[in-house]
Amino acid sequence: MLDLSPASLADLSPAEWTAILLSLRIAVVATIASLPFGIFTAYALARWRFPGKMIVNGVVHMPLVLPPVVTGFMLLILLGRRGVFGPFLADIGIVLSFRWTGAAVACAVMGFPLMVRAIRLSFESTDRRLELAAGTLGANRLWTFFLVSLPLAIPGIVVGAILAFAKALGEFGATITFVSNIPGETQTISAAIYTYTQVPGGDESAMRLTVVAIVISFAALVVSEIIQLQAEKRLASFE
Amino acid sequence: MIEVNVGLRVGAFDLEVAFRNGEGVTALFGQSGSGKSLTLSLIAGLMRPDRGHVILDGKALVDVERHIFLPMHRRRIGLVFQDSNLFPHQSVKQNLLFGRWFAPRRSREIDFNAVIETLGIGSLLARRPARLSGGERQRVAIGRALLSCPKLLLFDEPLATLDMQRKLEIMPLIEQVRDEFKVPIVYVSHAIEEVVRLAATIVVIDAGRVKAIGSPGEVFGRVAAHAAEERFDRASVLTMKVVGANEAYGLTELKHPSGTVWLAGPAGSIGGIARIIVKATDVTLSLGPPHQLSTRSYLSGTIEGIETDGPLAMASIALDGEGHLFATVTRHAFDELGLGSGVRVFALIKTSALDERKIASLPRG
Repeated sequence: MLDLSPASLADLSPAEWTAILLSLRIAVVATIASLPFGIFTAYALARWRFPGKMIVNGVVHMPLVLPPVVTGFMLLILLGRRGVFGPFLADIGIVLSFRWTGAAVACAVMGFPLMVRAIRLSFESTDRRLELAAGTLGANRLWTFFLVSLPLAIPGIVVGAILAFAKALGEFGATITFVSNIPGETQTISAAIYTYTQVPGGDESAMRLTVVAIVISFAALVVSEIIQLQAEKRLASFE
Repeated sequence: MIEVNVGLRVGAFDLEVAFRNGEGVTALFGQSGSGKSLTLSLIAGLMRPDRGHVILDGKALVDVERHIFLPMHRRRIGLVFQDSNLFPHQSVKQNLLFGRWFAPRRSREIDFNAVIETLGIGSLLARRPARLSGGERQRVAIGRALLSCPKLLLFDEPLATLDMQRKLEIMPLIEQVRDEFKVPIVYVSHAIEEVVRLAATIVVIDAGRVKAIGSPGEVFGRVAAHAAEERFDRASVLTMKVVGANEAYGLTELKHPSGTVWLAGPAGSIGGIARIIVKATDVTLSLGPPHQLSTRSYLSGTIEGIETDGPLAMASIALDGEGHLFATVTRHAFDELGLGSGVRVFALIKTSALDERKIASLPRG
């Protein structure tokens, strides 16, 4: 019989705690590390015209449409210990396969299209003439970016980051393919839930982790909503 | 001083413009789509011309033949946009100081306090642009451009989105900016009232070409210069002397060699000069002095030319003494009165038609 009492749901075992903290660490690192790349890519796609823009756009969006297992397998081919770039990375001290860092890379790749989409929309909705105004006032492109474009895109950046964070928290297919399912190293909440459902008597653990996942995801959503509302209020005009 | 001689093709539109500015305000005047804003973009560096050059104080900002193109942030040209384009995430004060920070230290000659005092924006400094009215925003935008200490100020239809009351507030401020801060100005507008009031030199642009260059009197005083405009939306500019005021009735008396014009409300100082603009459709023609009519303002002169278009006729009148006046009347009335070249007429101008908007005090000197 499945015990759904609050006391039981709050009583997390050390193994479950490990999975939760590991998930949070992977999601936070994946989000923060991919954010500068996400902002740069979003800005380039929103504002620049360059040859091969369609291809860049396509590559960025690939993880959204590919089966996650395929993305995970490609990461293994490219970054695995015997992959294309694996030996080189190992030489400079970076080993990704079967490590939590590899899980972060997988999560970052999977969340990247969501992040770029949200930020790009924000850059695109910024009035270009504000950037021109900054230019006529003496700001070069870099200053204009940091003083005008970036601050105005903050709502979109926050939304993009939170979407990527939520995606990272729920990522399963690519992660398990690339870095497997090692408790304490690469076993995230999702992988742990999957594991518990495969063993007799694991339902209660799976249930507890499910509730935790719901709480974290919902909190992330609420935070993004609040930040967006505040930004809109701040920039709202009378007219 | 700025010297512009540029050509640019955008789709089917062909721009070919050359002029230099003198002292004070140079206005680029023309209908929307005439290419005047495009010319401004080329001066500011928002776009590149296909040929030609823009030279500011002897320095080439762009010279296609010599492969020079200075990006906009290095041109030191302040641009005031039609819709103020203030940075919404910054306070008014941060907006005002944005350009100042990028100006070379030794050229930060324009004083912050003098600017906020002139523009009357001292009480707005802590606010965000979202909490400003349209008129306040445009004042801040003017201040922001001015405080970047530019070598040239460009105005791109700065009053076009404002209502009449706001325009009346801001026009004198632009005059003050012109007179106090000694920055040359190029002012783009399709509103005659604005260019007549502000500009020393008017460059009339039509379909990408310069149609006339001169003082307001020269440009608007000739029929030929008007061919480009709306046919019967012509106006005449007259220079008059302010001779007195009738305080009991709240009127100001303006004298011209050909007659007297009464204005409702005050206008300039007694003994001074006022420039008035009279729309052709606000003029009534009479063969004799007005009798038993409410109109008190009239000027006498001789018809020197007539153009007709459908039911309407446009008469050009050489006023006694100096100046020309355009009058639009129906062709029917024209024939019945026996009007024609050489006929002496009295041009009746309704004083109520001469509101403050259409009056301009001449800049001193």
